[in-house]
Amino acid sequence: MTKNKTVVNVCMGTGGMASGGAEVLQAFRAELEAAAFPAEVKEHCLAHRVGCRGLCAKDVLVDVLTDGSVTTYQFIKPDMVPRIVTEHIIGKTPVAEWQVGEDYENFHQKQVKIVLSDCGKIDPEDPDDYHAVGGYGTARDVLTEWLPGEVIEEIKASGLRGRGGAGFPTGLKWELGRKARGDIKYIICNADEGDPGAFMDRAVIEGNPHAVIEGMIIAAYAIGAHHGYVYIRAEYPLAVERLKLAIERARRRLFLGRNIFGTTFDFDIQVKLGAGAFVCGEETALIASIEGQRGMPRPKPPFPVNKGLWQRPTVINNVETLANVPYIMRRGYQWYASHGTERSRGTKVFALTGKIKNPGLIEVPMGITLREIIEDIGGGIEGGKKLKAVQTGGPSGGCIPANMLDINVDYESLAKVGSIVGSGGMIVLDEDNCMVNMAKYFIQFTQEESCGKCVPCRIGTKRLLEIMERITKGQGKEGDLELLDTLSNSIKVTSLCGLGQTAPNPVLSTLKYFREEFEAHVRDKKCPAKVCKDLITYSIIEGACKGCGACLRACPAGAVTGEKKKPHKIDPDICIKCGACFEACKFKSVGRD
Amino acid sequence: MARITINGKTIEVADTATILQAAKLHKIPIPTLCHHPKLTPFGGCRLCIVEVKGMPKPVTSCTTTVGNGMEITTSSPYLQELRKTVLELILSDHPNDCMICEKAGDCTLQNLAYDYGIRENRFQGERRTYAKRDNNPFVERDLEKCILCGRCVKACDEIQGVEAIDFGYRGFNSKICTSYEQDLDCEFCGQCISVCPTGALTGKLWIRKGRKDHQEEVDTICTYCGTGCTITAHVKDNEILKITSKEQTMNEGWLCVKGRFGYRFVNSPERLTRPLIKRNGAFEEASWPEALDHVAKRLVEIKAGYGADAIGGLSSARCTNEENYAFQKLIRAGIGTNNVDHCARL
Repeated sequence: MTKNKTVVNVCMGTGGMASGGAEVLQAFRAELEAAAFPAEVKEHCLAHRVGCRGLCAKDVLVDVLTDGSVTTYQFIKPDMVPRIVTEHIIGKTPVAEWQVGEDYENFHQKQVKIVLSDCGKIDPEDPDDYHAVGGYGTARDVLTEWLPGEVIEEIKASGLRGRGGAGFPTGLKWELGRKARGDIKYIICNADEGDPGAFMDRAVIEGNPHAVIEGMIIAAYAIGAHHGYVYIRAEYPLAVERLKLAIERARRRLFLGRNIFGTTFDFDIQVKLGAGAFVCGEETALIASIEGQRGMPRPKPPFPVNKGLWQRPTVINNVETLANVPYIMRRGYQWYASHGTERSRGTKVFALTGKIKNPGLIEVPMGITLREIIEDIGGGIEGGKKLKAVQTGGPSGGCIPANMLDINVDYESLAKVGSIVGSGGMIVLDEDNCMVNMAKYFIQFTQEESCGKCVPCRIGTKRLLEIMERITKGQGKEGDLELLDTLSNSIKVTSLCGLGQTAPNPVLSTLKYFREEFEAHVRDKKCPAKVCKDLITYSIIEGACKGCGACLRACPAGAVTGEKKKPHKIDPDICIKCGACFEACKFKSVGRD
Repeated sequence: MARITINGKTIEVADTATILQAAKLHKIPIPTLCHHPKLTPFGGCRLCIVEVKGMPKPVTSCTTTVGNGMEITTSSPYLQELRKTVLELILSDHPNDCMICEKAGDCTLQNLAYDYGIRENRFQGERRTYAKRDNNPFVERDLEKCILCGRCVKACDEIQGVEAIDFGYRGFNSKICTSYEQDLDCEFCGQCISVCPTGALTGKLWIRKGRKDHQEEVDTICTYCGTGCTITAHVKDNEILKITSKEQTMNEGWLCVKGRFGYRFVNSPERLTRPLIKRNGAFEEASWPEALDHVAKRLVEIKAGYGADAIGGLSSARCTNEENYAFQKLIRAGIGTNNVDHCARL
């Protein structure tokens, strides 16, 4: 960010770290230190760690900012660093073959970055970096120039809705929090992101924890809270570390604590680690957990906004919701509301995963079509396969079939087809995915994560899972699908909290759009996608087998027998159906039925 | 006060009342399992769901406070179907061995199954099985019969303040357990047994002693202390089989370990039923007039011989205040000494 200097930004989000980001950063620092023109390079070149850049599939991503232009490299390993330093940083000629390609451009082109705008650009561990791009200045302006009521009006006008899944209008929640009677109030940031395949909040906190802190300061000011909690899962060690560091450093700069920004307003934040229960993302369970009790939801009303933590009025906002706040306050509600649709304003961060060419973290305007996300941003389906469905909203969400790809991604449109925006998980499924198996997976997840308090969730999801299990094992019975339907609807209506009320969604939506696949399992005892092990058999196609022995060597169970150059055989009694022979055969002579 | 309509009938209730409380007050039945009037609402069994006009889906009447103008339906084919599904789910994870269950005839779950006519169950599957037996002396815990209504947990916490048990584990494997699943080692007040709606918790003292039928219930007062809790002795063939206490008593149905479990002295052969006077180094049976005359005579003799201060009186915490008052009067005014004390100070 310093003018006339060369800056190297190394992606060190979870994806970047996993791909060796720390080693790459180290290599850059060492190489720059030992470079041919030490004085010049050392003084003028900084190597930074930055948070998630979104396109985790291409990690480690490295930006080289020099002479006012940015060059991005992909798949960087430590041994590639010397050449970049010599040719590009010193020699001023970028290494063309390591630069990102069209994919990278397309990935970013249709995205609109608000929450993620500073992620991947600033050092998440350095508040001055965030300060330099306007961070914390907004909170200072708000605290010194705005009245709390005006802040609430601004957020209401922006149309920001809760990004944790339910989409409750944030401004309205704050207003209720402000009006709630009580001298002590709390603001809680819900960072207990638990949906399988979702990593939005993690990336935001890892990439720019300061935006969340600043959002909390503004929220606290608006509702009149002097104490905040971030409830974050312990399974996010990097996010926890960066968040704690950010809070500590913000305190040192008097952005947190007593009389923050020189005003009379006091506000501080405490970090509370979750112990891995999915249900603690539910707000009343989260409150119970902070209070030191077992994370179990309680019926609402009373809503936390009236009786929350320690029975005091409590506003709970999701990470992404809070991270939006500083940007809205900085640039105005009109700017924010200009993105998105009439009822779903702004942008939404999604974790795009599954059978997609470019999995990663994306931020798109609400109302973008699913097709644009899959085809333009995600680059289509991996390996030239056919798209089958997109699962949104994780275990609480549903599946959207391929023929509905032109649907707009916003709260209302997704709800209409039986899915939800949810917290932002987006799993792409292709023809090799079995929808029954997929629904079974999610039910298994919710069953294991049920707190056990209410009957429909504790026993109902167990029975759902058992029915799904027998269907995938070829033991499905006549009437099972109807029973699934009845039970699912009953669980939805009678469960106590959001976990149980939404748990049957994956079953219901797949039952709705992929009923023939269920029927194939139940009636024909076949898995069309060839996923359910009990419904497939592997055999050698006699005429095609060349007797190369690849399958024999690959088989871990010793089920394949045969002499060299003669057709082999698979013993179905020994075969464990792992598919290793199928993968190993170069002549397509292993049959899977 | 709030004016509400339940099943077409308009009634007035305090605006702090829950729908369930309002309905109970007006004798409108709503099935419940986890609810207990003396404990905070739990909302776990989902049986007390009712429809409220304007609300998108049924709400639990035990946790929903009434509001002016609320229109409530407590029974409809839709609600009955939902309740039946919940009951079937509970019964699909229940031993259903009512024939040999201690609780049969007095079991809320059994009564509900009867009310809803559940014989066939659409849901079948794995049932929780527990091999471990709790070796504590008083509380038989059969967790396979536990429906996780949480009443025992709340009674232990909210009434007794002991917190000996809580929910453990997750999902289908959730269960009520002690810390580290050790044997129960608490005050053994047995409050948990008294609130259990199924046969999951039973007093070890009355197992296999007979079920509710053929027992006579005799209300009496506990003799252990001056609190004077009202207890109900369940009697068969002139033997106390168990002690319970009713909710409408001054002790609200709660008892302590002595009141609930300390009744076996009644039929003990060692129990003193007549006064004994020690003569020539051995106790001999005597009549009450004989014994009282003996005591009075000796007190007069001692006072005359050694003075009043040679006598002291010690009374019992098992006596009432009135009895204790009379006793100290006897010692102070009758005998003339201040040497009087009470075992509760020891």
